[in-house]
Amino acid sequence: MAEDTDPNAPWITVAGILPTAITAALFVWFLGFVPEISAGQQIRWAWDWIPSLQITLSFWLDGLSLMFALLITGIGALVMLYAARYLAGHPQYARFSFYLFSFMLSMLGLVLADNLIALFVFWELTTFTSYLLIGFSHADPKSRRNALQALLLTAAGGLALLAGFILIGLTQGTFELSVLNASGSLAGQAWYMPILILVLLGAFTKSAQVPFHFWLPNAMAAPTPVSAYLHSATMVKAGVYLLARLHPSLSGSDAWLWTLTIFGGVTAVFASVMALRQIDLKQTLAYTTLMALGTLTMLLAGNSGYAITAAMAFLFVHSLYKAALFLTIGLVDHATGTRDANVLGGLSMAMPLTSVAAALAALSMAGIPPFLGFIAKEVGYAGAVGSSLWPLVILFAIAANALMVAVAAIVAWKPFFGPQGQLPRTPHEGPWAMLLGPVTLAVLGLLYGLAPGLAAQIVEPATNAVLGYEDTGGRLKLWAGFNIPLLLSVVTLALGYVLYRRHQDLRARIARIEARGPDFDAGWDRLLEHFMAMAKWQTRVIQTGRLRDYMFWTFGMLFAALIAGMGYRGLGGVELALSGLSVREWGVAGLIVAGTVAALVTSSRITAIVALGVVGIGVALIFIIYSAPDVAITQLLVELLIVVLFAVAALKLPVLDRSGRQTHRPIDAVLAASVGVATTAVLLAVTQTPFDRRLTEFFEANSYTEAYGRNIVNVILVDFRTLDTFGEIAVVVIAALGAYALLKGGRYVARRRADTPGEEEKK
Amino acid sequence: MNSIIFSAGARILVALLLVFSVFMLLRGHNLPGGGFIGGLIGAVAFIVYMLACGTEEAKAALRVSPEALAMIGLFIALAAGLVSFVFGDPLFTGQWWWVGGDSYDTAVIKPNSVLVFDVGVYLVVLGSIVSLACAFEEEV
Repeated sequence: MAEDTDPNAPWITVAGILPTAITAALFVWFLGFVPEISAGQQIRWAWDWIPSLQITLSFWLDGLSLMFALLITGIGALVMLYAARYLAGHPQYARFSFYLFSFMLSMLGLVLADNLIALFVFWELTTFTSYLLIGFSHADPKSRRNALQALLLTAAGGLALLAGFILIGLTQGTFELSVLNASGSLAGQAWYMPILILVLLGAFTKSAQVPFHFWLPNAMAAPTPVSAYLHSATMVKAGVYLLARLHPSLSGSDAWLWTLTIFGGVTAVFASVMALRQIDLKQTLAYTTLMALGTLTMLLAGNSGYAITAAMAFLFVHSLYKAALFLTIGLVDHATGTRDANVLGGLSMAMPLTSVAAALAALSMAGIPPFLGFIAKEVGYAGAVGSSLWPLVILFAIAANALMVAVAAIVAWKPFFGPQGQLPRTPHEGPWAMLLGPVTLAVLGLLYGLAPGLAAQIVEPATNAVLGYEDTGGRLKLWAGFNIPLLLSVVTLALGYVLYRRHQDLRARIARIEARGPDFDAGWDRLLEHFMAMAKWQTRVIQTGRLRDYMFWTFGMLFAALIAGMGYRGLGGVELALSGLSVREWGVAGLIVAGTVAALVTSSRITAIVALGVVGIGVALIFIIYSAPDVAITQLLVELLIVVLFAVAALKLPVLDRSGRQTHRPIDAVLAASVGVATTAVLLAVTQTPFDRRLTEFFEANSYTEAYGRNIVNVILVDFRTLDTFGEIAVVVIAALGAYALLKGGRYVARRRADTPGEEEKK
Repeated sequence: MNSIIFSAGARILVALLLVFSVFMLLRGHNLPGGGFIGGLIGAVAFIVYMLACGTEEAKAALRVSPEALAMIGLFIALAAGLVSFVFGDPLFTGQWWWVGGDSYDTAVIKPNSVLVFDVGVYLVVLGSIVSLACAFEEEV
């Protein structure tokens, strides 16, 4: 990370500036849509992608996606600028910049996608690119492990999500979110519960709800700008985005209300307690992100205008202050060389701008007036009071918010304004490129708080999009009068202050309790270990490394499949009609049988290969007799090539030695004969069913008129089914490269193993 | 294999096979042939050359490494498929143009993306098999 960087290296490079500029331009472009969208309009772009499967590449810009797009591009541009300076001189900075930019684009695609399948593709792209980002310090095994953990967990959730999406598409007849959301809630429909469970699995893993939370703090292995970006506006918010996006379709049931309230609430409280316990400031912030995700999930459980406005406002303000705080922690780390909360203190003199940014962001986080964080919290309490589960929600909310106040003080008060600490390095103020982001974001939190109308322009359209109808609006107010939410805020602040005063003591106690509780991270490792052990066992049993065993299993499976097929369909009326065969056909059959027998009895490898070639040529002759010249030519050429390649290899192989253990030969013979008989029987059964000529007729009729070709086989290959052919030739290339690597690489690996003894033990 | 007869004969055979492979590739649209078959024949030509004169010389004759050739082929096939996007058709829709006429029957020259795709197939098959054979020949 920061250790590899050279502070004096030039940081204004194409790899840094170009993505930043594009992202900033995108931000400005999206900003241009604000008046239109806040006037209640929606914009849709669509291209047909796979029309036969109803998959379109369609994008939908409404209030919700616009808010996300602004956060992604706005914070993205600031983070990229910051990263350019933060990682200046890092040997792999260009790669990093590429990852970050790709991630930004995937995230943008995710929030703009209208088609569920397109959304899923972008969803997996964010999983993949975040894997690369989290594991950027790839020389560190911990970093690799944590990246893999995030990848496996979120990708597993992604698979559940895909299943859920497909169920939605099949039951509702559309994959378009805009159509789906317009047609009301699915609650009460037959497939509602499976869909809900699958979608929630996807959303909860991505947004790290308990018990899938453990990957998020581990993902802090990434460089700080990545954490700032992934954990403020993007990656982890994807799950929340999905919940919000599908809110009109999936909410409104007791299952939705209870699941989201319980999971969100537990996550929020658990995360705030854990945040208090951390010493590394970055870990503290990671847990506060978890708390925010829990709170958002809990708020999205509701259906009222207050709850959703609160969710959107909190989402917005959280992105601003969390990115700012992560970036200031990065600045502190960069300047002092440590992130230890016990060590840091009194930085405000040396780093005035950084400390101002941290203070402003933290005040917003703690929910102090007149910051936007205060307004979001007030609306949140109003939503909690109106919830049908209000005692539970209020309890969760107060506990989480009070802890947040304490954490804000730990993160931003003590390091900057607390007593001077013993620092590894003399602190200095950060460069402007790294200050711009945190200062801008922190000031925005204050500005929006003073002028809530500005924030409402972005938050209210998003609220309407989530609710699915026009909300009354005007809920974002700095002063809403003396009411229950204000009272709750006062209680929260008082409680938070007490918690901060006693946090050293509490930290030790939480650590003791944590040590006794279940360790999710270790559980995950155990799960993976079991999984690996099973894979190893299975590999040992099936993949012995002996060619004969592979053949045995392959043909054994083929035989089982044939028998199963025959058992299922029955073999009624199969007969071997030999009377109609001409002399020519008998001749070919004789040739094939002779080749087979010769291959079986010979003791010379070359003879066996040639004999097999004879069998192949016999088959090619059959193709010619039944007028399939294309197939025949291909078969002939492939046989030829196989014989030649085998012959090349055979020249160098030792003499065929049959003196070894021969006990398997009778079994092999039985299996070979069984497969042969079964295949013949199935083929006979197939040819006796009436031949369906529909496809043949289609191609005969259309081959020339539509594709201007008379050779139907080739026209199918290069015109009607080109995508299949493309897939096939891709497989050919991959197979060739794979075989090439095996033939060439085996020697290289063997040499390396010899050079470094003990390599295998280390793995 | 150090046989003068074989290596002398091989040179003629290789030339004939290569011409034949291109012939098969081009006639494939209306008669038996096409990229797969053409590529296989081309591969046979190079393997014959390889057996007669050694892998080094065969590779030199190919100019580009066979692996690269396979990749280029895949890329050409993809590019031919992407052309349809420019004209607003779904991916891999065959595109045809008529020169010197206004339909397939009257046009003199008929440039099309389908043949380009087939050329890609040809190169993939040729490159893949030759690279396999080379690796095989060099290692065993």
